Amino acid sequence: MSILGTRVIRTEDPRLLTAGGIYVDDLREPELDGAARATFVRSTVAHALITGIDTSAALEQPGVIAVLTAADMTDLPPPPPAGEFDPDAPAVEGPLPLGGVWSEPLLAVDRVRFVGEPVAIVLTDSTYQGEDAAELVSVDYEQLPAVPSIEAALAAGSLLFPDAGTNVCQKGGQDTSDESIFDGCEVVVEGDIVNQRVACLPMEGRSTAAAFSGGKLTVWASTQNAQLSRLILTAIGLPPDAIRVVAPDVGGGFGAKIGVDRESIIVAWAAKHTGRPVRWVETRNENLLAMTQGRAQELHIKIGGSRDGHIKAYRLNVLQDTGAYARMSGFLPSLTVLMAPGVYDIPAVQADYKVVVTDGTPIAAYRGAGRPEAAATIERAVDWFAAEAGLDPARVRKLNFIKPGQFPFVTKTGAPYDSGEYEAALDKVLAKAGYEELRAEQRRRREAGAARQLGIGLASYVEVTAGDAGAGETCKIDVHSDGTATVYTGSSAHGQGHHTAFAMLVQAELGIPMDKVEVIHGDTDLIPDGVGTYASRSLQLGGSAVQKAALEVKDEAARQAAALFEAAEADVVLDADTGLWQVRGDPDKSLTWAQVASEAEGGTLMANVRFTQAMPTFPFGSQLSLVEVDTETGKVTLLRHVTCDDAGPVLNPVLMEGQRHGGIAQGAAQALCEEVLYDADGNPLTSTLADYGAITAAELPSFELVTSETPTHLNPLGVKGIGEAGTIGATPAVQNAVIDAVSHLGVRHIDMPLTPERVWTAIQSAGLRRHVREASAK
Amino acid sequence: MIPPAFTYRRASSADEAIALAAEYGDDAKYLAGGHSLLPLMKLRFAAPSVLIDLGRLPELSYIRDERTYVAIGALTRHHDVQHSPVLAAQIPLLAHTAGRVGDPQIRHRGTIGGSVAHGDAASDLPAALLALDATFVARGPSGTRSVQAAGFFKGIFETDLEPGELLTEIQVPKPAVPAAWSFQKFTKRAIDWAIVGVAVQGHAIALINMGTTPLRATAAEAALASGASIADAAALAAEGTSAGSDIHATKAFREHLARVLVKRALEEAGARS
Ligand SMILES: Cc1cc2nc3c(=O)[nH]c(=O)nc-3n(C[C@H](O)[C@H](O)[C@H](O)COP(=O)(O)OP(=O)(O)OC[C@H]3O[C@@H](n4cnc5c(N)ncnc54)[C@H](O)[C@@H]3O)c2cc1C
Repeated sequence: MSILGTRVIRTEDPRLLTAGGIYVDDLREPELDGAARATFVRSTVAHALITGIDTSAALEQPGVIAVLTAADMTDLPPPPPAGEFDPDAPAVEGPLPLGGVWSEPLLAVDRVRFVGEPVAIVLTDSTYQGEDAAELVSVDYEQLPAVPSIEAALAAGSLLFPDAGTNVCQKGGQDTSDESIFDGCEVVVEGDIVNQRVACLPMEGRSTAAAFSGGKLTVWASTQNAQLSRLILTAIGLPPDAIRVVAPDVGGGFGAKIGVDRESIIVAWAAKHTGRPVRWVETRNENLLAMTQGRAQELHIKIGGSRDGHIKAYRLNVLQDTGAYARMSGFLPSLTVLMAPGVYDIPAVQADYKVVVTDGTPIAAYRGAGRPEAAATIERAVDWFAAEAGLDPARVRKLNFIKPGQFPFVTKTGAPYDSGEYEAALDKVLAKAGYEELRAEQRRRREAGAARQLGIGLASYVEVTAGDAGAGETCKIDVHSDGTATVYTGSSAHGQGHHTAFAMLVQAELGIPMDKVEVIHGDTDLIPDGVGTYASRSLQLGGSAVQKAALEVKDEAARQAAALFEAAEADVVLDADTGLWQVRGDPDKSLTWAQVASEAEGGTLMANVRFTQAMPTFPFGSQLSLVEVDTETGKVTLLRHVTCDDAGPVLNPVLMEGQRHGGIAQGAAQALCEEVLYDADGNPLTSTLADYGAITAAELPSFELVTSETPTHLNPLGVKGIGEAGTIGATPAVQNAVIDAVSHLGVRHIDMPLTPERVWTAIQSAGLRRHVREASAK
Repeated sequence: MIPPAFTYRRASSADEAIALAAEYGDDAKYLAGGHSLLPLMKLRFAAPSVLIDLGRLPELSYIRDERTYVAIGALTRHHDVQHSPVLAAQIPLLAHTAGRVGDPQIRHRGTIGGSVAHGDAASDLPAALLALDATFVARGPSGTRSVQAAGFFKGIFETDLEPGELLTEIQVPKPAVPAAWSFQKFTKRAIDWAIVGVAVQGHAIALINMGTTPLRATAAEAALASGASIADAAALAAEGTSAGSDIHATKAFREHLARVLVKRALEEAGARS
């Protein structure tokens, strides 16, 4: 029986949970002997000109090796000329920084644009000395009016990049001016929805160590992809082959560790510049100030349809706050636009986006990256529409779903959905949750006028995974003469369980037991070519690459075995259960992998492949959230969360559940409690974990997970990505549940996070509106 | 996230602690559980140059039944207050409140004396002690004195303690009806500090985070005393308070919460007794 689909316990865990992982801070490589500690001096103001930096007091402190600023970076290649900014230039394809007049420097040059921006780097013998010395670096700022919000950016009273002449750095999508798409709609809802800025918050913050010797730079970084990091690090003026990047254990990334940030480049440069190895491990405070954050959109929606619930038209305008620097330019909102209509077959859809710079921490990918915003908005819009039409939200969803027979389906925004069983997924969730009974209990509480009301929230989502399917993923497999195998993957584990999953694939194809399979990732000397882990791409691309390499090794082994057996290649078979090579019809003769590999050239059987996929895949699902709302205080309690997340055949339920659990928790967190806040001067108000309300286990129920497996035809495993689906579905399910709990009081929408005060205020103002209506009717 | 350098002195007796405090003067701070002081130092909001560690003073860690009151040593950890059989029987409000402070790690480090001396209006135990009419015993170079809870909390992080004075004991009178208590703590997350909290013992009502110090809801108490219904008394809960606005709640919402929570607390206390 194949090991695939079985509950294999993660092989990573014994080490991570007992002996301890080796993160950048734990590395004791000889190259890092005597490494200096790096401490960044960060901007304390949101927007200002730097009029002077005095490092003299810091330099006199004990243990200080150097204090470096942009003025010291004379040994770097000059940046490309800025050129003119053309606001109508076509959007950059892919998640690339904007460059040109919008370029992000390494250490700040002349101007700072957000609190936390690195201004200088202090190198010391020890960490303690670093913080003391950094405090003594005196930076003179000439403050400029802050641009702390999208609204302020659009008002253009203050420009972050004066050479650009505007704070709007990107525009894209379709023309959204055609009002006629709503002609004949009996029910139309129009409104504003905020998808607030949130922190990515991996358990391990950012960290980098670098050593330069003999013309070669080695960088250990907490990253989701060593190979991309190497490319980024060429910014310090070295060719890729003079750089080795190693990703040791990485304590989570959630998108914010795709590649490396400017701090890592500065650390690498400092190591080369001073000739001394340097290590930087950020504090939690720094992490909340300067690691890229996510979401940060304000959306305007209009949705219309018939009174019986058929949606005819949907319009979406996205305003993206990209923070101080356009790290991913228009990439995130372009995904929001692409996924705008979600799981629905809507005859007319228009969506566009505009990206502005603000004095906030730069925005980049965060678990879902542009797609959660699309799902949260259409799912909110559909509920809003259903409430306005007086229809059951489950019914409205079913009426408008894309039907199984319509796949492959290309949406009005151009998304090519591969496969889907949307109604089946919703039905499974409704059945598991006991939807009708929950509605009955809700009615009872409403009729009783109970202080604690019940809310039932639905979200049916589709998302795009492996968006860059064409880049694919690499894998090299060596089967050694002792019968063990080594897998070199270009994918990059940072908590997901790649080593378990990929070893399972090798065992399934080759019959080499998992404990004889070593998986190696994240070292550009061993794996120069690789793409990494993000966009829920690892199993479908990285896993398919493992399978492809395994099949090639198997072909090669079959040739060797045939020669050893003196049999025809076609008669040689591998028993994948025992891992023994045999000749068909001759059960007495067999060869082990060790015997076959020993005969290969150099005693190793080898395959080196790249798997690419023609298109991205589109996993989907439905989630139901049950909440209780204390209408006297606005406090929300999450009672149940039931989901059916379909990402194709499940390779290992343990890994899949892990991805779903974490995803749901983060999705619920955005709905209920998390938000990065700034004051009117652009000062962050949530720069410690006491102020940033990260969700904890105490706020979450046990999740009820239902299975559904609709394969894709796009890869041989039939799998899609599951890394972000939980998050994408959970946010709108929880938000819809809270609003559903108070919809009978006249509430139609509440923005996230659904804090007690927001919920309570919404109830109060709905009550006031009702009061005014009733009074004026008299 | 690293405090500036400081000198560390460990006291081996209460007297030595007081002597050390006198020696170093304004530059010194007592260190108890460290769970209020150290976060401030790590953020560099506080930078005492000397810390006098009280952590090894078992003489200040006890819970004793003194017939009319219970005496609690200032160094007693929240965990020990939470699990004290004496308090469970005699003053359940206090044991329960200690169990609602932060999370288990914090309750194993934080001390009742540190919580009182820190004088944070958002802390749980000071309000409970205010509702219980506790007395605080302080010892300084010039002797020992007692201060009523009602006169102890002076302003933002400001108490009646003189510089260098050591809080040694908290004396909590046994309530007439121990069961007539309620503790309402309103938070967004389980581990959070109270946005607003209410401690009720009998007809005494204390408010958490409704001003610069823990407060008694005097208007509501007076209404109760003159025979008002719980609902009518609770409607006065925010009278005379001066709650602030922050990222967790506006002043107006805090006032609303105070009214709701006082009503719930009075109802619960009434139902229990
Ligand atoms: C994450 C976190 C969450 C928390 N959540 C809560 C919560 O929900 N509710 C709550 O009430 N508290 C909470 N706390 C605070 C906790 O209860 C503290 O432990 C307590 O407030 C202070 O006690 P301590 O012993 O740690 O005092 P320390 O931090 O050691 O000292 C605090 C101050 O009191 C002074 N001091 C201490 N002891 C004495 C003494 N005997 N005499 C004179 N001065 C003294 C110190 O010099 C210092 O100025 C939390 C703390 C943390 C870190």
